Amino acid sequence: MITLQVNGTSRQVDVDPETPLLWVLRDNLGITSVKYTCGIAECGICTVLINGAAVRSCSISVAEAGAQKITTVEGLPDDHPVKRAWIEKQVPQCGYCQPGIMLQTVDFLSRQPDPTDEQINDAMDDVICRCGSHPRIRKAIRRAAEIAIKHGG
Amino acid sequence: MQISMTRRVFLAKSSLVIAATALSGRIELFNASPVLADSSLPFKPHAFLEIGADDTITVWVGQTNLGQGTHTGIPMIIADELDAAWERVTVKMALAAEPFKSPVWHMQATGGSTSIRHRWDLLRTVGAAARQMLLEAAAEQWDIPVQKCLAQQGKVFHPDGSSLSYGQLAAAAGKRAVPDNPPLKDPGDYRIIGTQRARLDIPDKVAGRTAYGIDFRTDDMCVAVVARPPSYGAVPESHDAGAAMAVKGVVKVVELDNRIAVCAETTYAAMRGREALDIKWSSGSHPHLNDETLDELLQEHLSRSGVVAQNEGDVETALAGASQTLEQSYRLPYLSHAQVEPINCTAHVEKDRCRIWIPTQGQTATQETAAGLTGLPVEKVEVMTLPAGGGFGLRGEQDPVVDSVMLSKSLGRPVKVIWSREDDFAHDYFRPASHCRIQAGLDTHGRMVAWSHKVAAPSVMSRVMPHYVKDGLDADAVSGITDMVYLVPNKRIDYVMVDTPIPVGWWRSVGYSANVFTVESFMDELAHAAGADPVQFRLDHLEKGTRPYNLLAYLAEKSGWNDQAPEGRARGVALTSCFESIAAHVAELSVDTGGRVTVHKMYCAIDCGTAVYPDAIRAQAEAGVVMGMSVAFHERVRFRDGGVYTGNYDQYPLLKMPEVPEIEVHIMENDVKAGGVGEPVLPSVAPALANAMFAASGVRLRNLPFDTAQLKTA
Repeated sequence: MITLQVNGTSRQVDVDPETPLLWVLRDNLGITSVKYTCGIAECGICTVLINGAAVRSCSISVAEAGAQKITTVEGLPDDHPVKRAWIEKQVPQCGYCQPGIMLQTVDFLSRQPDPTDEQINDAMDDVICRCGSHPRIRKAIRRAAEIAIKHGG
Repeated sequence: MQISMTRRVFLAKSSLVIAATALSGRIELFNASPVLADSSLPFKPHAFLEIGADDTITVWVGQTNLGQGTHTGIPMIIADELDAAWERVTVKMALAAEPFKSPVWHMQATGGSTSIRHRWDLLRTVGAAARQMLLEAAAEQWDIPVQKCLAQQGKVFHPDGSSLSYGQLAAAAGKRAVPDNPPLKDPGDYRIIGTQRARLDIPDKVAGRTAYGIDFRTDDMCVAVVARPPSYGAVPESHDAGAAMAVKGVVKVVELDNRIAVCAETTYAAMRGREALDIKWSSGSHPHLNDETLDELLQEHLSRSGVVAQNEGDVETALAGASQTLEQSYRLPYLSHAQVEPINCTAHVEKDRCRIWIPTQGQTATQETAAGLTGLPVEKVEVMTLPAGGGFGLRGEQDPVVDSVMLSKSLGRPVKVIWSREDDFAHDYFRPASHCRIQAGLDTHGRMVAWSHKVAAPSVMSRVMPHYVKDGLDADAVSGITDMVYLVPNKRIDYVMVDTPIPVGWWRSVGYSANVFTVESFMDELAHAAGADPVQFRLDHLEKGTRPYNLLAYLAEKSGWNDQAPEGRARGVALTSCFESIAAHVAELSVDTGGRVTVHKMYCAIDCGTAVYPDAIRAQAEAGVVMGMSVAFHERVRFRDGGVYTGNYDQYPLLKMPEVPEIEVHIMENDVKAGGVGEPVLPSVAPALANAMFAASGVRLRNLPFDTAQLKTA
């Protein structure tokens, strides 16, 4: 048995410790907002936060994740600046990549609360969105930063 | 019996239900409310619109939610003609059924940017009919002429100012017949169409609540991954089923024709089980197929005489008499859809029905596939269309349907088939590669007198709709050329079909995705040969006052084309007319001495007729630029040793955030019938870039993806 801390709750799973965290979250815990896409840490779509840092869940084993604090998009409050900004700027098209990109944004803004466009480009140069929502992602990151600064969020 | 199966598609509380039947291809609306009371009625209705006594308004949509915005745009059209209160409108995905078939295509599918343009009158009539019935119900209740009643914001108003809500009137309206030709609004009276609305599916997508096909779960389900041949024509010669079965969680190994499935309790177990199979494959049918041999094959076909797709005037004589002639060749590669949600399908085959949960673009095809495999009648195949993580034309393909139905039959339980990313790249139905040669002549005034164009490319139609291929001509392979917008008195288009084992399929904007690049690049070459401005040269070859003419002039104005480009930057232009809309792009970029291209800004203008949902049109136009640039600079599927070599996104890079320029979208007002959006916004991106790179550097790049190293000057 391995005990995981997901979105503030302890969850026990009986799996091979080498299983990628992605599949444990999806198949064993039913947290399907964490998406499978490339399986080789190339696209960023399966991103979760581990102790607040963006991690590709396809490329970390459940044993490595261990008892650290895991956050998925469900773990962000509804009024989180990133969620509010994503709705305000009408970002998603198919939406499949967005939970991972939003979580990477949360990590990025925690380190860089008032980023320039260039810093946003650099921070987001390793995620894929096939629909092409990039212009809106960029606007939403700026907007999330504004909301957070204004509300001390 | 049929009614009992379909009655549950209605919401229990609905009082007024506008439904439809589709008899001999013609869709007829009717009031389905009595069905709620009498299950013996002999028809099989599916609702488009339901109004509840509690004022809820539910719109059922038969087209797939791929993120293109039609799950908000379609309700907007119905709600506008209904004069509904938009806050009360919700949208639901309908089951596969006759009334949701395209009135033009006679099948239910999502593609060709048709969701709205094939249903423009139908959708408006649904809303208008319900509105008329509600007005008549109010008039009867108040005992006044219907002309004295006013519908507005979900209520009918009496001349004295009192009102009844649609919910209060729905039961009485539900007893009335659907009017034959309810009056439709004049464009000036739209209150919802053309306005800014929040997309109805976005809150769930942001919250992580949207369940895509790959997320679907049902009781007792198992997950299957399928080992498919790594090269064309290969078959498994040996495998180790025992090793796969030894993986914890693996339930069964099933041999299917030329492939082997591993079914397991979890996805990861199925994937591990597949690795353990240790399959030895035969060498396949085309061991020498690779990038180089494919290139040679297409080039060799270009020297053959093809079939004539179009022949107007006398090209040879016109070319012989031209003051100058120009000839160039272009090459485009195979493209992958690269949609982010891998291919998947869940099927549950039971004795007297088959249920399928799939993010499909082809509902009718899915029903027919499953019916064929199970022996069940088509109406016993229930297709639940789930939201899709992208599609771009790929999701009409039936492979996952075949496998999940076969495996569910074999296991007697629901089976979800999932492709890995490597499966997706290896077994995509690619946008065909295409080589072409164009020759044109100009007269002494710089006007085109002849255009001769030969395309050598594999044919999508031959596989998908072979009955449309006549005498070796796939009309889709030359679309964008045969129907090019420019006036040329002598025109000849030839097509040479190239036969390869590589499966090809629909890919966003289909034939236009390739041919607009070559036509619009060559138009630019001709403009330079004529010493003309590229916009003016195009305008000179368009009929004044037509939509393409007006749109190009509009874009030239919006992009400041006639002003000097900012210091160090150059501009290029390209124009498309397809899917009943017109789109054009201006690219503004710079090229440094090392050949590095920086795209600073892209302007897009579109005339899609009535702009139903402007923010979704903007989103699609932005997306068209991003995907178009991705194709232009990066995308190419590679082949080696008789199969696909490209394995994952590391070998098929997409455009990344730092490369995405500022994008300015201009929607041209035009209140005619709504046209397509998702596809028209793509094809003119790559040629606008090529033309701008030429303007910046004097070097013409004629092959995709661009080899920008050729732009180096230092």
